[in-house]
Amino acid sequence: MTPPLVLQAFRQPGALTALSLADWDLLLRQARRSNLLARLYALLDERGLLEQVPQKPRQHLEWAHAIADRHLQAVQREVGLIRKAVAKAGVPVILLKGAAYAMAKLPPAQGRIFSDIDIMVPKESINAVEAALMLHGWAATHHDSYDQRYYRTWMHELPPMRHVKRSTVIDVHHAILPETASIRPDPGKLRAAACLLEGYDDLRVFAPVDLVLHSATHLFHDGELENGLRDLVDIDGLLRHFGRLPTFWPELVGRAQELELTRPLFYALRYAAQMLHTPIPPETMEAAGAGRPGWPVMTLMDGLFGRALLPDHPSCSGSLTGTARWMLYVRANWLRMPPLLLARHLFHKAFISPKAE
Amino acid sequence: MTLAELEFQLKKTGIFLQTGSFITHLQTSIPGVAEGIGLLYADYPLLEQTDFTDFHVSLAYPRTLRRWFKPQVLFLFDGKPPFKPLPLDQAFPMFEWGLNWCVSSHANHCLIIHAAVVEKGGYAAILPAPPGSGKSTLCAALVNRGWRLLSDELALVRVSDGLIIPLPRPVSLKNASIDVIRHYEPEATLSRRISDTMKGTVAHMKVPADSIARAAETARPAWVIFPKYQAGAATRLEALPRARAFMRVADNAFNYSLLGVRGFETMAGLIDASLCYDFTYSVLDEAIETFAELKPPVSLM
Repeated sequence: MTPPLVLQAFRQPGALTALSLADWDLLLRQARRSNLLARLYALLDERGLLEQVPQKPRQHLEWAHAIADRHLQAVQREVGLIRKAVAKAGVPVILLKGAAYAMAKLPPAQGRIFSDIDIMVPKESINAVEAALMLHGWAATHHDSYDQRYYRTWMHELPPMRHVKRSTVIDVHHAILPETASIRPDPGKLRAAACLLEGYDDLRVFAPVDLVLHSATHLFHDGELENGLRDLVDIDGLLRHFGRLPTFWPELVGRAQELELTRPLFYALRYAAQMLHTPIPPETMEAAGAGRPGWPVMTLMDGLFGRALLPDHPSCSGSLTGTARWMLYVRANWLRMPPLLLARHLFHKAFISPKAE
Repeated sequence: MTLAELEFQLKKTGIFLQTGSFITHLQTSIPGVAEGIGLLYADYPLLEQTDFTDFHVSLAYPRTLRRWFKPQVLFLFDGKPPFKPLPLDQAFPMFEWGLNWCVSSHANHCLIIHAAVVEKGGYAAILPAPPGSGKSTLCAALVNRGWRLLSDELALVRVSDGLIIPLPRPVSLKNASIDVIRHYEPEATLSRRISDTMKGTVAHMKVPADSIARAAETARPAWVIFPKYQAGAATRLEALPRARAFMRVADNAFNYSLLGVRGFETMAGLIDASLCYDFTYSVLDEAIETFAELKPPVSLM
């Protein structure tokens, strides 16, 4: 089976100029479904290939670019407002995920549309940050007392807060994985290595290796796979970008061991290389093998991720795709909490929460 | 093509419809849709096969048990529903609304304004208005009296040159205006009335063949007119300060803020090029007379 067009596009952007109009039609549909249209625009723009794209598909890419461009401006503005709001609390703020990529101008920022801004602060400061945000117009979204407890006792973040006027949402984290998860990377270590954002003295982003590890953790341990391919493309973009730093590859696996994240790193490198042909030094690949699961699990995961990471589009779906997505959803929840707690949580969500509404 | 053939094709391979500069692929097995398409889209270019399609849409039954007692219809954009389902009877209006959504949420090479646009002698009149102002009624009357229809719902002002791109699609009539137009122009082709929709009772009017044939001809904006139907009111055309017109058009735009600076510049160009009016009417014939006497802005002549 030939790989879906959208994978071919990210493997070899240069080859896109040879596509027929019918291929463009299908590629745009796969990319739109994966939230990668604006990213595709950026990919072609960087290489000066936009002019060679036929007019109709180019117009679709430009439509998506206009939205992404606006989104980037909105994120910059929102981050400025968040910074102002928490300034008095005197707490060191680290931007996570989309906001970090956007503000640090990293490759995944191009064309990435996200709804929430994620920040991380020390756990002991989380109440001060929450109070500061409330004072500036952000309000809790989950009023149900069970939901409040779910977040505050078991999760690694406050319940999402929404700004009453702008409707923008912020997630305040104190760690990158839930308190209840089986692995718990030390947030202190992540904070200690974080770098100041260029041009700021009060905003930080994770160090390059930690950005990759967080992205991998989000996709392969914690995440929903709704944007699976987009997240893998993010990892691919980060690896290609930071791979040029002399210290990046030698540090990567050691840091994963330090943070207990060898398994998600192994998956990230394996599937980025397999699906997007990300160039990874052989010695890094070999060292990352420390995070490889035993062969039965490996075979199963290859089957599951190989399907679920493709665009959720009929042209990329087989008879087992739905099952694969469902099994990975169950896995993500399984990794989130111990079984008994998970059972209790699902029971509450299924039978008690609906009645309260 | 007979209705049965259309129904068959819609079900099997779907049809490729060209409306303005957009090509839509529509696939559905819901019977009422073919009736609406056959009646209102008979004059549009139907492409046999096309390499590139802007919007892949379908109308389908949601997969729920309701199918058997209170059937519904879903509008799917490349397989995913942007909206909640509606009662099955509303399948054809839902196609119209869905197609409006396809254009208004994508076509960012244009400043998109919720407005009707009609043209005469190369000059376009833009009629922006909130629902209930009688915009579509006036638009339907005008296109039956010699004006060319550019669009009934979406004014597409091209960012690159400020010209208006036609998107002639059936004119949506609501409630009392259905009978008003039926009496005003007995020759007009109207689709079957559908009652109890979110907009009340709706019917769609077929676009004159000439407007469809000239769908590639852009037009220069010349007038921005805010219509207001008011029972018993005298016909009144009042000049509107440009600054106020600017803000009111911006309120009716879908992607004004999304386009940022380019949105502002396009809007400013549109308002600068146009004479702006508030227009109150109650008698369609008098309204048509007023429009016939409109003079294009001096700078354009």
